[in-house]
Amino acid sequence: MKHLLTTDGLAEDAATAILDTADELKRTLLGREVKKLPTLRGRTVITMFYENSTRTRVSFEIAGKWMSADVVNVSAGGSSVGKGESLRDTALTLSAAGADCVIVRHPASGAAHRLAGWLADVGTSVVNAGDGTHEHPTQALLDAATLRERLGGLKDRRIAIVGDVLHSRVARSNVHLLATLGAEVVLVAPPTLLPVGVGSWPVTVSHELDAELPALDAVMMLRVQAERMHGGFFPSAREYSIAYGLNEARLGLLPEGAVVLHPGPMLRGMEIGSAVADAPQSAITEQVRNGVHVRMAVLYHLLAGEGEQ
Amino acid sequence: MAPRPRGATEPAAERELLSAGDVARTIARMAHQVIEKTALDSTGAIPPVLLGIPTRGIPLATRLGARISEFSGVDVPTGALDVTLYRDDLRRKPTRPLEQTQLPGTGIDDRVVVLVDDVLFSGRTIRAALDALRDHGRPRVVQLAVLVDRGHRELPIRADYVGKNVPTSRSEEVSVLLSDVDDRDAVLLGERR
Amino acid sequence: MSEIVIRGARLYGEGDPVDVHVADGTIAAIGTVTASEDAEVIEADGQVLLPGFVDLHTHLREPGREDTETIDSGSAAAALGGYTAVFAMANTDPVADNAVVVEHVWRRGREVGLVDVHPVGAVTVGLKGEKLAEMGTMAKSVAGVRLFSDDGHCVADPLLMRRALEYSTALGVVVAQHAEEPRLTVGAQAHEGERAARLGYTGWPSSAEESIVARDCVLARHAGARLHICHVSTTGTVDVLGWAKGLGIDVSAEVTPHHLLLTDERLATYDPVNKVNPPLRADADVARMRRALADGVIDCVATDHAPHAVQDKDCEWAAARPGMLGLQTALSIVAETMVRPGLLDWRGVARVMSERPAEIAGLPDQGRPLAVGEPANLVLVDPDAEWTVRGAELASVAANTPYEGLRLPAVVSATLLRGRITSREGKIG
Repeated sequence: MKHLLTTDGLAEDAATAILDTADELKRTLLGREVKKLPTLRGRTVITMFYENSTRTRVSFEIAGKWMSADVVNVSAGGSSVGKGESLRDTALTLSAAGADCVIVRHPASGAAHRLAGWLADVGTSVVNAGDGTHEHPTQALLDAATLRERLGGLKDRRIAIVGDVLHSRVARSNVHLLATLGAEVVLVAPPTLLPVGVGSWPVTVSHELDAELPALDAVMMLRVQAERMHGGFFPSAREYSIAYGLNEARLGLLPEGAVVLHPGPMLRGMEIGSAVADAPQSAITEQVRNGVHVRMAVLYHLLAGEGEQ
Repeated sequence: MAPRPRGATEPAAERELLSAGDVARTIARMAHQVIEKTALDSTGAIPPVLLGIPTRGIPLATRLGARISEFSGVDVPTGALDVTLYRDDLRRKPTRPLEQTQLPGTGIDDRVVVLVDDVLFSGRTIRAALDALRDHGRPRVVQLAVLVDRGHRELPIRADYVGKNVPTSRSEEVSVLLSDVDDRDAVLLGERR
Repeated sequence: MSEIVIRGARLYGEGDPVDVHVADGTIAAIGTVTASEDAEVIEADGQVLLPGFVDLHTHLREPGREDTETIDSGSAAAALGGYTAVFAMANTDPVADNAVVVEHVWRRGREVGLVDVHPVGAVTVGLKGEKLAEMGTMAKSVAGVRLFSDDGHCVADPLLMRRALEYSTALGVVVAQHAEEPRLTVGAQAHEGERAARLGYTGWPSSAEESIVARDCVLARHAGARLHICHVSTTGTVDVLGWAKGLGIDVSAEVTPHHLLLTDERLATYDPVNKVNPPLRADADVARMRRALADGVIDCVATDHAPHAVQDKDCEWAAARPGMLGLQTALSIVAETMVRPGLLDWRGVARVMSERPAEIAGLPDQGRPLAVGEPANLVLVDPDAEWTVRGAELASVAANTPYEGLRLPAVVSATLLRGRITSREGKIG
């Protein structure tokens, strides 16, 4: 594996290998005082974040450091990026400076693909840490790791993704990965927050959250971004919350053992009730913890082997 | 990027070094040696911890432990120690899947730890195992038990317990088969494919 | 003036090869010709002779972006592509919204002399869609502007569009609309459909084009005006055009070569050489464009030749500018998509690439029949030859093209502008 750009097209055995590695890493590190493995000693990992995201960047940084890679963080604000340097030039510069892997978050869909193309000759690996409204593959992998842990597996499990699917890279990555791993996915959203063309996705679509909840093994709540609330996608935050928010009453509709996920950051009281986020069904803090192990696993699969296979 | 399946590949043209009966006898003999060297038959002795190195070191450690318990009457904690993350040759091969690490509840601090592996060759796996052990705790003594020592060491490492010394050439391959993971017990020698 | 004999050409690709004698800028004789000794001979060897092509939609980028194209380089690309007249869009810097700029473009075209460069005037001042530009002054200037368009921007305000159409009737000019309802394309990056949804591109819905085309047909009907629709790209637009033409509304339409060939399948690469406005559409749209061009619901092919600098293309998709080169590949793509499948014969190619665009723009000396006494604006096409597109070898300043490495049929052997050779065997003049 050279790059991790999408879960669309990621083979089942490749995805499972990453998840298995993440599980092993988690077990290996459990209870250890020294949370550091020598595996990626001497490898340089650069994070390039063109959007603010403390949680994802920190998760990648910890993952790299626990694998003993040298991690350098570049943020758009404090670098030549802010001086108008193109993404291409920045990437080539960082690669020439010795990066073995570039982890990129960018507002343009496809930015990670472009980066991988520009860096094809120099052999630098690219990890997509979120590109526009396209994909966020490590988020889907950590969600899958969390669901595997809680549910024992994903085959034939029924999982709802609720909310702003149209603008969500988390939703796209999860749709593909969950389908690859054998889960049934149902998207629950108002029609205005579903993309035109969703009919070709390996999912079913619903506009009635209450009708779906009793048959679910897990429900994944998407963040509703503030700008959507003013963009006319739905009449009001109140009406959205009434129809699609996961409140305590709805939590009661879920079968026993069902899991609640949220990629964060949460808008408590909007798409998810505060008590719901803290309920035993909620796996939200496990998601964050698993995020580090999954990202360690991704770096392991990209950087530990002999490279191009 | 599917990881390469690992494990013993039967050599192309093979010669049997140890039969199933030989394997059983060899493990029994090694068990006696461990009991003697760790003074397990003396009163109040603290039993060693056996850690198998995946893949075949794990069933080997289990069997060795069972024999030791049988002969000494003392329960011997066994576990598994994966060294993949500590190897120095990762970049020379396709990405390997991680194997399981499972330390016994007793822990390893201040214990005698016996690393168990099927074949001792370059010594690099054992070097990695020593590094891995250091991250898990501080044993009092670390020893090494191998079913076959085939020579060609690249590091100053030697085994404390050896089932059989086998002179080999580098072009040859030694395969240990254990019925726990293979179809039978045997040690085979053949040309590398 | 020198004499030229085109020996053994098949007019419109029909009948037996004949000689065509060109003298004094006109076709002097057709048949078996005995020319004077100093006449230049072009051995046609049975190749196809057509009237020179007319492009209603070209971006020559001068003034303002001479780093991507100039009137020199763009004229050369046109001559090499078989064109004898091009219409240079108004979105230059400064904008061609006044007589000074259009006369400058017209004059520079004359100086270069490889193709008739007709400036398009802006409909609104600065292309801002707020206030009509001085259409009358531009129409009556030396440049004699016949076509007005805010191309790149839609004249979205219905009242302003109504006024522009009404006003145009007194001048005998055509308003060409870039049909894109801007409220429906905020942030749009690619054709709204299955592929964009999966790849995370903000969608450019077909309805944004179709709603403006329908509205403008209705406005043109009430104003009694002529309307031209730029770069038609959707099935629904063809439906609307069929309806409007059935009612006798005076509307014409163009399709680009890229909308005849490429689909949104190209989105998967995220390579902005494929970024264009309107965007590459779905497979069904492309099939419909071809049929509509064959049927005449779409009148003609126009290139929307839009050169961009490498830094505006070799970047992430959202940051890239929309547009692609077209002048030197248009004929070959029409041959590939229309002639090869049997949708058009070469007479049909003459219609959609020369005669109809000349009629729409009201050019009296272009798109004329291949007959004695007609102006010698001609293109000789080798229909059997193939070539491989190499952006760096094209005449344009910009070199990026979505057709890079593509093998295409039909090669321009020679182009004649008023009896003078402007390109021959891939070389200028």
